[in-house]
Amino acid sequence: MFIYVLKKIGVIIPTFLGVTLVAFIFIRLLPGDPVLLMAGERGMTEERHARMMAEFGFDKPILVQYGLYLNQLAHGDFGTSIITRKPVLQEFMTLFPATVELSLCAIILAVLLGLPAGMIAAVKRGSFFDHTVMTGALTGYSMPIFWWGLLLIIFFSGILGWTPVSGRISLLYYFEPVTGLMLVDSLLSGQDGAFWSAIRHLILPTVVLATIPLAVIARQTRSAMLEVLGEDYIRTARAKGLSPIRVTGLHALRNALIPVITVVGLQVGVLFAGAILTETIFSWPGIGKWMVDSIFRRDYPSVQGGLLLIAAIVMIVNLLVDLLYALINPRIRHTE
Amino acid sequence: MALLDIRNLTVAFQTGNGMFTAVDRVSVSLSEGEVVSIVGESGSGKSVAMLAMMGLLPWTARVTADRMEFDGKDLLAMGSGEKRRIIGREITMIFQEPMSSLNPCFTVGFQLTEALKTHLRMGRKERRERAVELLNQVGIPEPVKRLSVFPHQLSGGMSQRVMIAMAIACNPRLLIADEPTTALDVTIQAQILDLLLKLQQDNDMALVLITHDMGVVAETAKRVMVHYAGQQVEHQEIGGLFANPHHPYTAALLAALPERAASKKLPSIAGVVPGQFDRPTGCLFSPRCRFVTDLCRSSEPPPAPAELGSALCHYPLDDGVPLNHPDGKEAV
Repeated sequence: MFIYVLKKIGVIIPTFLGVTLVAFIFIRLLPGDPVLLMAGERGMTEERHARMMAEFGFDKPILVQYGLYLNQLAHGDFGTSIITRKPVLQEFMTLFPATVELSLCAIILAVLLGLPAGMIAAVKRGSFFDHTVMTGALTGYSMPIFWWGLLLIIFFSGILGWTPVSGRISLLYYFEPVTGLMLVDSLLSGQDGAFWSAIRHLILPTVVLATIPLAVIARQTRSAMLEVLGEDYIRTARAKGLSPIRVTGLHALRNALIPVITVVGLQVGVLFAGAILTETIFSWPGIGKWMVDSIFRRDYPSVQGGLLLIAAIVMIVNLLVDLLYALINPRIRHTE
Repeated sequence: MALLDIRNLTVAFQTGNGMFTAVDRVSVSLSEGEVVSIVGESGSGKSVAMLAMMGLLPWTARVTADRMEFDGKDLLAMGSGEKRRIIGREITMIFQEPMSSLNPCFTVGFQLTEALKTHLRMGRKERRERAVELLNQVGIPEPVKRLSVFPHQLSGGMSQRVMIAMAIACNPRLLIADEPTTALDVTIQAQILDLLLKLQQDNDMALVLITHDMGVVAETAKRVMVHYAGQQVEHQEIGGLFANPHHPYTAALLAALPERAASKKLPSIAGVVPGQFDRPTGCLFSPRCRFVTDLCRSSEPPPAPAELGSALCHYPLDDGVPLNHPDGKEAV
């Protein structure tokens, strides 16, 4: 088990280096001069332009720039935004809890609905429920997030007026962030109705963000369950006289979870990517929206740093998934 | 009273091309502590009959029978909850593939004690003690250590021993062993058979041994049922079966045993067991039978009297001679 963990960590380091290189090169392939963009409509003199290019190090050869960047990273410095002049890490950490809150709620919703739906669909294979779930999953998976989000806003916020259109909490409430998670902070603030307001703001973005993972989890659970239910050990479990709930809910599910957990782990990565769209639609002040804004402003250090931090988080989540995987699957845990 | 009494059990499967009859009017009866063997080739429906009795077939199976009783209780009329109190406690089953029959995600100890918890409501400590005792009984060394081991860490023979331990956990009155040695090495096969017979005698439980191996039959059973293409074609005491088989199929099976071969060339039965689409009319064995007549091809044979092994044949053999055969054909 210990060696297994070491091996997994060993893979992460070169992957991370690869990401730094890709992030560094791709952002420089984008057309557009960051210094000119900063100047805006007024423009600037040749001399001032050159000075600013030198100040940010854009005048040096690309390889040197990369070397300097790696050196910075090694010292925990993810760069400074050329727009706000604040450290990228600091900006990221301020906005990150909003994304965590949204993604966490979305993945919890997706698992809570997708897992049982897939299980029941597999057990009642070919039934009306099965067809409904699978059609729903295919629809959910094929829907453009942007369109789906707008549709929900029009219906629930516009026509019915049940939920707010954007933001994390009503402007009526103000309190200092403690954890950065609005649900927790609003409870801690003790203000009447703050928690309920936070929940109402969270519902639509969560549903939109959960749609694709939910569809993927439901489909994966169903197919994994179908495969497992045909195994010999399920017959053994039934031959013991165990109840159908114990046979499917314990003996089959435990085995079916192995591929499902892998998918859930990959979906966390997808969520961070999906959050970019969802956060933009709902003006959710998270890192997805921040990344999009940074790209439009040609804020190289922010995009680069943000990309790296997101990549690092996805890798850490995947490491955790691998560990969970080993916990559930004894065949991995016990390989010598 | 018979412990298990099954009359005219028929199992049909709904397939894409209509119904397929896998088991055709098979009767099995068995008294307390008796060892019975069911033999037949692959696809002869011998496992399906027992799986049907256990209620382990998929929902596509249609199971009908004139009678299906265990210890006087009607298994057909029983609800699934009531049946689960018998299955796994009084009737248990072990399977052909021990390696895939154990759940890879749970320890041996967990799987072994599950039935004890479900059926006997034993406490944790009591279950553990019983599990160690069971592993000892089936000849697994270092039983305490094995409790925390996962199935992939066991060999095939060890897995089958664990399966047997699981099956006898609640002291069942009937154990069904479905080709328990087929997937194992020859040296292990004998050990597992000896173990099964020893446990059968020690615990005085009835044993149904499903196999396609005549050698296994000879070593274990007192009574043998021969299945062919879903039908029970002969039913005899072990001694009689080997000395004087009454159905041409049984005779041909025995003749194909290497130890009985008279010449250098091993006799074989030409053709294969009929499937869903090439089921012959009349006697199902007629396309492969060397005594076949037009009568065999056109009409289904009635079972012969019990002294002729209830053989499902128009011309049951007696000492190798087909009775009432028009050609007066003699055995070779």
